[in-house]
Amino acid sequence: MSSACAGPIEMKRRWNIPIWLGLLVVLGGAVTYFPLVDRFPAQGNLPWATLLIFGVGLLLIAGGLVYAFLEPRTYRGRIAGSFAMVLGLAVVGMFLFGTFYFVRQLPPSSGAPRIGQKAPDFTLPDKEGRQVSLSELLSAGNPDHPNGVVLIFYRGYW
Amino acid sequence: MRSFEKSLPEFDARHLRIVAISVDPPEITREHCRKQRYSYTFLSDPKAEVIRKYDLAHEGAGQDGGAVARPAEFLIDSSGTVRWVNLTESLTARARAAQVLKALDALDVPARRGSSALGSGEAASERVPPPS
Repeated sequence: MSSACAGPIEMKRRWNIPIWLGLLVVLGGAVTYFPLVDRFPAQGNLPWATLLIFGVGLLLIAGGLVYAFLEPRTYRGRIAGSFAMVLGLAVVGMFLFGTFYFVRQLPPSSGAPRIGQKAPDFTLPDKEGRQVSLSELLSAGNPDHPNGVVLIFYRGYW
Repeated sequence: MRSFEKSLPEFDARHLRIVAISVDPPEITREHCRKQRYSYTFLSDPKAEVIRKYDLAHEGAGQDGGAVARPAEFLIDSSGTVRWVNLTESLTARARAAQVLKALDALDVPARRGSSALGSGEAASERVPPPS
């Protein structure tokens, strides 16, 4: 960039704070997503808080870019701002892909037991290797039989 | 899963057992439970047979293209009947303990302990050791 005029005016150009602030806000939005969902499970369905943070961040970057291009003599950041915008959009794009497409690629499970139907019986080993069956668990013959069972199916950690 | 551990006293008070099922083999589950300090029941279904029986298999999503369970929660009463079910549409939005307890209280599911007529004819059936 030595060809750029390096006069005193150039040196005095101000840092384009909104660009960096905006990029920080976007990255902050991505980082805080999981703790946010953990605290507010409804955010898993529609992460509006994270989307709002992303919106603010992108607007800041956009604002900084406007300064950079309209008043290039006063503000820096035409190149950095463009990079920040591309990076910000990429982060938001990946987030949207992840939360609205990728994690929703689940099988329809239309044959799963419905309310009022009998839950299919099963016998499986627990973590100590003991066989546990649903019917025996619920059987009145089991001295510790519960009033019901909450079955949680999870992906596992392999 | 952590929310269920935290709410275990509330499930205990209602005499409800929490049972988690995945394709993880027992040793992985044991390690996981030890690290996370989970004390409720975890069952292993490495071949996803029960998971398929419940039509919850996410084929090809596991190790080496195997099947894993998609997240789902069922509330089963003492007669073995499904009383509440949650099939999430998103991996990040699964049911928390508070949701299940809320659904439970709305349903008034559990028969009073010991008063369940269902299954009383099976008194001779094999006994399952109580949870440690």
